[in-house]
Amino acid sequence: MSTISEPPRTTFHPAMLINDTRYRGLTFQFVALVLIIVFMAFLGMNLVNNLALAGLNISFDFLGEPANYDINQALIPYSSRSTHLRAAIVGLLNTLLVAFMACITATIIGVFAGVLRLSKNWLVRKLMSVYVEAFRNVPVLIWILMIGTIVQQGPSPRVYLGEDPERGLFLGLFAFTNRGITAPAPVFGPGSLWVVLALVTGIVGAILWRRHVRKTLYASGRLLPNWPIFLILLLPPVIVFLLLGRPIGVDMPDVLANRFNIQGGIELQRPLIALWLALSVYTGAFIAENVRAGILSVSRGQTEAAASLGFRPNRIMNLVILPQALRVIIPPLISQYLNITKNSSLAIAVGYADITATLGGITLNQTGRAIESILLLMLFYLVVSLLISAVMNIYNSSVALKER
Amino acid sequence: MSDTHAQTVAYVRESFLEQAPPPERETGPIRWLRVNLFSNWFYAILTLLSIYVVYTLLSDFLPWLFNGVWNASDIRECREILQGATGGCFAVLAERWNQLLFGFSFPSDQYWRIVVAFLLFCIAAAPVLFAAVPRVLFVVTGLFPFVAYYLIWGGTILTPLAVLVGVVAGYFAYRRLVDQSFAMGLLGGVVAGLIVWWLAAFVPQDQPSFLALRPIPSRDLGGFALNLMLGVICVSLSLPFGILLALGRQSRLPIIKWICVVFIEFVRGVPLITLLFVANVVLAYFLPPGSNFDLILRVIIMITMFASAYIAEVIRGGLAALPRGQYEAADSLGLDYTQAMRLIILPQALKISIPGIVNVAVGLFKDTTLVSIISMFDLVGMIRGPILASTEWNGVYWELYGFAALLFFIVCYAISQYSQWLERQLNTEHR
Repeated sequence: MSTISEPPRTTFHPAMLINDTRYRGLTFQFVALVLIIVFMAFLGMNLVNNLALAGLNISFDFLGEPANYDINQALIPYSSRSTHLRAAIVGLLNTLLVAFMACITATIIGVFAGVLRLSKNWLVRKLMSVYVEAFRNVPVLIWILMIGTIVQQGPSPRVYLGEDPERGLFLGLFAFTNRGITAPAPVFGPGSLWVVLALVTGIVGAILWRRHVRKTLYASGRLLPNWPIFLILLLPPVIVFLLLGRPIGVDMPDVLANRFNIQGGIELQRPLIALWLALSVYTGAFIAENVRAGILSVSRGQTEAAASLGFRPNRIMNLVILPQALRVIIPPLISQYLNITKNSSLAIAVGYADITATLGGITLNQTGRAIESILLLMLFYLVVSLLISAVMNIYNSSVALKER
Repeated sequence: MSDTHAQTVAYVRESFLEQAPPPERETGPIRWLRVNLFSNWFYAILTLLSIYVVYTLLSDFLPWLFNGVWNASDIRECREILQGATGGCFAVLAERWNQLLFGFSFPSDQYWRIVVAFLLFCIAAAPVLFAAVPRVLFVVTGLFPFVAYYLIWGGTILTPLAVLVGVVAGYFAYRRLVDQSFAMGLLGGVVAGLIVWWLAAFVPQDQPSFLALRPIPSRDLGGFALNLMLGVICVSLSLPFGILLALGRQSRLPIIKWICVVFIEFVRGVPLITLLFVANVVLAYFLPPGSNFDLILRVIIMITMFASAYIAEVIRGGLAALPRGQYEAADSLGLDYTQAMRLIILPQALKISIPGIVNVAVGLFKDTTLVSIISMFDLVGMIRGPILASTEWNGVYWELYGFAALLFFIVCYAISQYSQWLERQLNTEHR
């Protein structure tokens, strides 16, 4: 009964590569692939020719040679006799350090500013708009330079020195100078590992207690008190700390040691502070906008529906608004963290020794190994950003709306 | 009825009472203050705190601004005039005005060329930005790239003219052939353009000074003009590349898709400054031996790459936001891929992506300051380099950085306000 006849069988001829949609895609891809390969080969040939002309080669041996330059803020032991590789690692750690610090403070600033921008208080709302617009519309490099200049205005360390200083330590702990901030440093003696372990135990215990509270609440409707959580959290580390004879001490800034500089304590140097503050307030303005958009994205009906179910205001915030707002806030927040990491490469403008300044700056200039250094530099940033976007994808798929 | 009423009720008011004015504390500025500033004790504290913050900021800032010195030859003279009072040393702006705007090695008798180019840019951008502007002005927009090249880099007028003729020839060839198929049109256009350029290559050598402006090497460009140029050139170049990359990433052809994905993710994963390092020290290795691309051209290539990856992601968002029905409708009308994209998909997807594209443009314009790190003398480079390093003005930080921040703020804020206005104009959803 079928009236559909077989499609006429045509033999393949070359024009079908362009005209027939079945083959056109393959043709395009083949052409694209050939073009890319030719382009790459062209670049590669140029590279080989240029290197031959300049008498250079590609080699990573320079990483093993001594660096011969100093880095004033290093998280791991480093001296000018260390290798270029170690200098690069110092820079890498510095990048991660400033990015980590800036992520935390930018989040705090951004959440405050974003919430306050929605405040019913007219003056506060306007002030926050001014902050957000001012920082979003001016290049981060200019902010870094400006804040670098502000940080330079601190007093010389001498004002803190001596028996009768011009200025006392802030709260008896901190000194703000034009070299940076000196703060008390923790000193870990033998046995401090046990204290840390006890702290971890306390944290685990506290989490278990919360679970137990929730379980009994759901199972029997009985609400257990919340205060034992502090005991569980704090008792083990405090007991261990006292039993082991206080293994963790504090190294206070010493203003009496000599007449030139403050000794002891830990010093956050000026470039780090400048970069940290600049990245925090700059990115804070962007995060504020994300937070505001997230809160506005939850419709008023949700608040009203929760209220009509009899929720109290803080419960509405915690159980209804925030979970929905966070779904909108967190993805752009994570890409802001990525931006902080990438913008920290401007450290070179204030003289902070991040990986761009060590590997891409001094090492590159000293050794002349431009291609290798920049390749490693890009690889580092690429790995960081791929890691961050992997985290983001995992989060996105875990909070994605479960629809039909 | 009224009779019974009159008997049962002792008193009936027969006219309305005069409306009483609202209580004093519920009207006018007092009510505004109560609602907006002092609605409860927490807000009252916040308000007082904010007033204090504003007061401290302004009490430092206003004297600095209004007490400033505009006439002095160096910072020491400024300090003498001020006699220790608070006040800015704005004389640096007056004295270095041209350097801040045009860079320090641009010949001063040729500044008019950049000014004219800038004014032409305003005219050329008008019909693109505002639908109410007469469409005739698109002629200026079309001619602008060639005129601007002639004005800024100088040399004989024949070079940009030849390029223009090639583009026009290509356009007409495209118009003739596009009815047969888009691919034919594109191919015909490119071939026609190339033929004209090939022919034109013989002409200018004979007439190197025909209507010539003084040639200006790229390294002499600088100041805020350089930021504006880089921003305009790179944003306009990266739009078409961004669209192509976005379409490629959405494509069903796996090889094309993966090429685009790798390119986009690579460029978005590294900071712009590393790409500028590439432009500065590495790119030369990848170009043919003996070729001599100047730094600004290499920087434009890298920034354009950078921006097109970001624009591609924005446009991909717009493409993904379109309902599938639009794609299917285009298919069911029998449109082929290029027709469907040109006539149905892209106009809608681009409309959705406008706010994102503007965000990228603003970000990119701000990022043009990074070229100062590879020692090009844009606005920030001028300030950090020649001006702050000079003996006259060493130490005048706030006035200079404040001026730079103000310039960028004006441009970026204007662009973002424009984009919000445009969004409202294009919002066709709730008619």
